[in-house]
Amino acid sequence: MFSGFMANAWTVASIVAVVAGLVGFFVVLRGSAFVAHAIPNGSFAGAAGASLVGVNTLLGFGVFALFGALSIGALGRRGRHDVATALTLVLMLGLGALFVSFNGEYGPEVYSLLFGEILGVSISQLIPTTGLAVVCVIAVALLYRPLMLSSLLPDVAEARGIATGRIDLAFLGVVALATTMTVPVVGTLLIFSLMIGAPAAARSFTDKPLHAMCLSVVVAVAIVWAAIALSYQTNYPVGFFVGTISAAAYAIGRVWAAWKRRAGTQLAARSQRERAELDLTY
Amino acid sequence: MSGAPILAVDQVSVNLAGREILRDVSFAIEPGEFTGLIGANGAGKTTLFRVILGLQAAAHGTVRVGGAPRSRRNPLIGYVPQKFQLDPDVPLRTRDLVGLGLDAHRYGIAIPTRARRARVEEMLEAVDAGGFADTRVGTLSGGEQQRVLIAHALIAAPKLLLLDEPLANLDLRSGQEVVALLARIASEQQIAVLISAHEMNPLLPVIDRIVYLAAGRAASGTADEVVRTSVLSALYGHHVDVLQVHGRVLVVAGQGGELADTSDHAHTQTQVEIIS
Amino acid sequence: MSQALAAIFAPGFFTSQIVAVAATVSAVAAVVCGTVGVFTVIRGQSFAGEALGDISTTGASGAFLLAVGPLWGIGVATVAAAGVMELIGIQRPRGRDLATGIVLGAGLGLAALFLYLESVDHNTTGATVTIVFGSMFGIPSSAIPPVLAFSALALCLVVALGRPLLLSSVSPELAAARGIPVRLIGVGYLLALAIAVALAAYTIGTILSTALLVGPAATALRLTRSPGRAIVVATVIGIAATWLGILLAYDSYDWPPVGQGWPVSFFVVTLIFGGYLLAGLPRRLRRRATRPDQAGAPARG
Repeated sequence: MFSGFMANAWTVASIVAVVAGLVGFFVVLRGSAFVAHAIPNGSFAGAAGASLVGVNTLLGFGVFALFGALSIGALGRRGRHDVATALTLVLMLGLGALFVSFNGEYGPEVYSLLFGEILGVSISQLIPTTGLAVVCVIAVALLYRPLMLSSLLPDVAEARGIATGRIDLAFLGVVALATTMTVPVVGTLLIFSLMIGAPAAARSFTDKPLHAMCLSVVVAVAIVWAAIALSYQTNYPVGFFVGTISAAAYAIGRVWAAWKRRAGTQLAARSQRERAELDLTY
Repeated sequence: MSGAPILAVDQVSVNLAGREILRDVSFAIEPGEFTGLIGANGAGKTTLFRVILGLQAAAHGTVRVGGAPRSRRNPLIGYVPQKFQLDPDVPLRTRDLVGLGLDAHRYGIAIPTRARRARVEEMLEAVDAGGFADTRVGTLSGGEQQRVLIAHALIAAPKLLLLDEPLANLDLRSGQEVVALLARIASEQQIAVLISAHEMNPLLPVIDRIVYLAAGRAASGTADEVVRTSVLSALYGHHVDVLQVHGRVLVVAGQGGELADTSDHAHTQTQVEIIS
Repeated sequence: MSQALAAIFAPGFFTSQIVAVAATVSAVAAVVCGTVGVFTVIRGQSFAGEALGDISTTGASGAFLLAVGPLWGIGVATVAAAGVMELIGIQRPRGRDLATGIVLGAGLGLAALFLYLESVDHNTTGATVTIVFGSMFGIPSSAIPPVLAFSALALCLVVALGRPLLLSSVSPELAAARGIPVRLIGVGYLLALAIAVALAAYTIGTILSTALLVGPAATALRLTRSPGRAIVVATVIGIAATWLGILLAYDSYDWPPVGQGWPVSFFVVTLIFGGYLLAGLPRRLRRRATRPDQAGAPARG
């Protein structure tokens, strides 16, 4: 499982997971699950188009993903971006359908683009993938503070002079890059479930933002490693395991959060009673 | 006592969607003054705040903050909005949010120095938030969250604190606590506090100045100077009576009068209409 | 004149049985999607519609695996997924996008598995394409009765829910204050949504279905404020887009690469997107003409 071509898969998958965990933290914070789902489907069209004209598919992914991100940013208005996102996404997919139909026998290619393929990772993709990953990590680190504030309290951020519009666009760009480099292993349809499942699970276990970000990376890496190992053993697609294990991680996080809340309210009720008793004695 | 006023609004007029929201609004606030901006819903309080913050263009008039013309990012102003939503699932503690107030406008991740931690502690003490410093902000009550936001604004050492309708969603007791806290901040730290409200009675005991907004125009001065029949009638453009009832001030429009403010809810009276 | 007509309508268009079936089924789908879609856009639940569409992939692939008609698989999957979403709390705004996304991810993972098993069992990989991008010209005429039945059910639901549905979509708080059972109505609406999505998925493909559900409705709402009129406009736009798409796809058999034809769903989706953009044009031009006093609201990513 760890030999030869699989070594590529493990390496790329780990890099993918790190980026997915970091970027996903903010995707969940901003409630942008839909957008994270939409953008990689745009990169699907890019990959199909790229292979049509004989260009590196990663380049095709990237260009279309960025285009998708910009369209969403441009078309969207505050509170109504769900319609714009939906239509942009679907237009991209439609284009992808067209490109892919020109390719002739295109069944297997569609499948691996959508659902992922561990064998599809070649050594030539390792360098650009790593490069993109470094860019994404640096971007997230740079954007951290203004992105945090404009995600949580947009009015306050604006009053502080933070250019929330530009930050939004920058973040969309980061999501585009992140999903571009993660698609080859996990597939366009399932990358977002890694991006939201891992951070959603992580945030149930810690109250500190930076810890939550790190934990989100750890969980993402764990999910991806498990998915690859299981996929290797069973021959079932990687995407299947990514989707289901991410859902399981999310569920565990929810259950834990609910349990903690119940324990917390019991504790609070007890201390409140104690305080009330104290008040009575004065 | 002081030189220039910390905030000088001079003949500001604002048009929105073809309607005149503010007309020739002028007032000045001295450092350390606790001012109440009073006006009915839709009177233009939030618009005025946005002009002061540099988020809204004025058709004419000037705003000077600390002597300098207002700009997009003014470190002298702290702001607490009326509406905000903090999700209980978000992994962010009170002290984290307060810490963000120091430097959220800078890129990168904050380095956790001892000085930074001490400053955050100081702010938490100032708003009495020590008890929930390590609790998730999203799980706090409305009043507690507001105190956190005040600390978030204060930590940047502003000279002017703007709060948009802080009393609107609070129960009576929490509202009194917030008002007391703000009065303390204003006098102890010499930070001017400007809060907007549609009800002036909870504020009258503590504020130094009142800016009364009606029909797009403003009258500014102490409560005694402004809250009088003559002044307010001139503002509204029709006769209103100012009554003292059981220690409360009531502004009342007479029979047949209509509120000349710019809100969409223009009331027609039956007997009397209590404006505020 | 007849030459121009022949150029637009490639020979055999009006006599083709395949085209007739495609046009019928897609028109019915457009009616249901236009109706339900208007409420979906008003409620801001495009993501839910999108998620249901993607999940219908799971149903369709499962149906393929079991050698059952895809429409049934899609129907079962969307209704089941709608139920799960309701349980997770899709009607509560907090965390609903997240929950929807998670369910979607799990469902798609399952679809991946089914399609893989299908390709192993039957040594074909064509199922993926047929399911996700639809095969409008592959719809059998035997599909028409169940399509009509599903549509009737969805439309009856919407009519029955009527004004309470409208009020609870526009303002749930107001509806609750009036004593309207908002939660119950939400359930009924989700069922109608599931059916609408199933129909769209069946005609233009599972992952493209959102276009038919949300596109004409959003376009119509850009043109008119009245929901009733919006439904009519959305339906007209939907039928126009699908029929024009069918025509173009039929003609495209003669376009390069010859003999293959471009996918119908590509045309339908592109036309719908174009219509949405066009509908936004008058407002953009008007906004640029009168200089705004207010700084524009930034888009949220």
